[in-house]
Amino acid sequence: MVKIVTSNLNLWYSGFQALKNVCVSLQEKKITAIIGPSGCGKSTLLRVFNRMNDLVEGIKMGGEVLIDGKNILDQKIDLVALRKNVGMVFQRPNPFPLSIFENVVFGLRIHGFAQSKENVYRVVEESLRSVLLWDELKDRLHESAMDLSLEQKQRLCIARLIAVKPDILLMDEPCSSLDPQATARIEELMRELKANYTIVIVTHNMQQAARISDDTGFMLLGELVEFGKTENVFTAPKDKRTEDYITGRYG
Amino acid sequence: MQRHFDDELKELLKDILKMAALTQESIFKSTEALKSRDRAQAQEVISHDNAIDELELAIDERCIDLIARYQPMAGDLRFISTGMKINADLERIADLSVDISERVLELVDKPLLKPLIDIPKLSVIAQNMVHDSIDAFVNKNVDLAKKVVLSDPEADKLRNLVQDELINDYMSVDPKTADRAVPLLLIARHLERICDHATNIAEDVVYLVEARVVKHHPEAL
Repeated sequence: MVKIVTSNLNLWYSGFQALKNVCVSLQEKKITAIIGPSGCGKSTLLRVFNRMNDLVEGIKMGGEVLIDGKNILDQKIDLVALRKNVGMVFQRPNPFPLSIFENVVFGLRIHGFAQSKENVYRVVEESLRSVLLWDELKDRLHESAMDLSLEQKQRLCIARLIAVKPDILLMDEPCSSLDPQATARIEELMRELKANYTIVIVTHNMQQAARISDDTGFMLLGELVEFGKTENVFTAPKDKRTEDYITGRYG
Repeated sequence: MQRHFDDELKELLKDILKMAALTQESIFKSTEALKSRDRAQAQEVISHDNAIDELELAIDERCIDLIARYQPMAGDLRFISTGMKINADLERIADLSVDISERVLELVDKPLLKPLIDIPKLSVIAQNMVHDSIDAFVNKNVDLAKKVVLSDPEADKLRNLVQDELINDYMSVDPKTADRAVPLLLIARHLERICDHATNIAEDVVYLVEARVVKHHPEAL
């Protein structure tokens, strides 16, 4: 089932057009990877899905982006509700300088979810279990999140999103600061999370895109050049520009 | 952008071409040994097979090494995976040439059962099919690859002709001819199998160039 649809999506940063007529449908409970060289617009596209780009001065958008059939570019959209529904994981894990417990419940608090103490504990346990951190951290919940390893911090950031029950997880280079073992474990986590969440990942690591995603889109100079099943894009790309990029001939 | 990887792929292609040249020489010599009843030439094909086996292993190792170090994708991945399959087909073709040579050694001291007409014809078809399939691979020529695939039924037909003749005109009439007829029958079978391997190579070329699988799907050709 389609979760996100963009139609003729254009985006300008002042005079610079960063997205050009992007038309794509992203499937629910699948992992979609967006690849492309630096500056191609892949992170910009990702940030459209929870309107993170709104914070950039001089930004202008045109076209339509539907999530569950609702146009999120509509000026009347509730941005807080949108960002609760569409969570984002960044390159470097960014836990708050609070305890592990407080990091997980932070979203509940800012979204004003009145919860009983038992419920809050249940959400913390569920969220940490879903990122496979519970067994490691259940006895350290009130220690600082800043003392965790990079991988644990990244998992905690994902748990923090999950606590507010989003539908979509956006991941912008989520493994770029991790070593290969930690990367492999985050990738395994993504495969587990796919059962319940629609995941969109931006990555420079083409092997990662090939390993974990169901669909892949290749972007160049703001254009979505090719989009298709990952196995097809990486074995038999239709567009020569995609072939040149994924075989390292681009540039 | 210039890629060191392209130099590595060229080296792989060179190795595959060397393998193809050695294999084609084996087919040619094994058939010549039959025609001229030349024991030494048949033995030469058999003794040279070790070098072909060694080269097959070296090519395989090179391909695995390239996959491990470069994690190739798209056309590069198709080239290496096709190269591995072609390598295996060429090695089997060389083995079949050895089989032909062994049959020649069985026949060489016996009087010829009949003049050799269709078997040399079949050998020419086999040699042309192998040559053209490799040519199609090197030049990424899908039309030539298709021509190879479409010529396989001709080889099957000729093999059946040889088989029917040997069984009906010789072995059924005089069972004592079996020790001279059976090796010829097997040689026809070996040559026809060589054509099958050339067909495999040609089908792989279509995959290499167009990313379409036509193996087991003749309608997709």
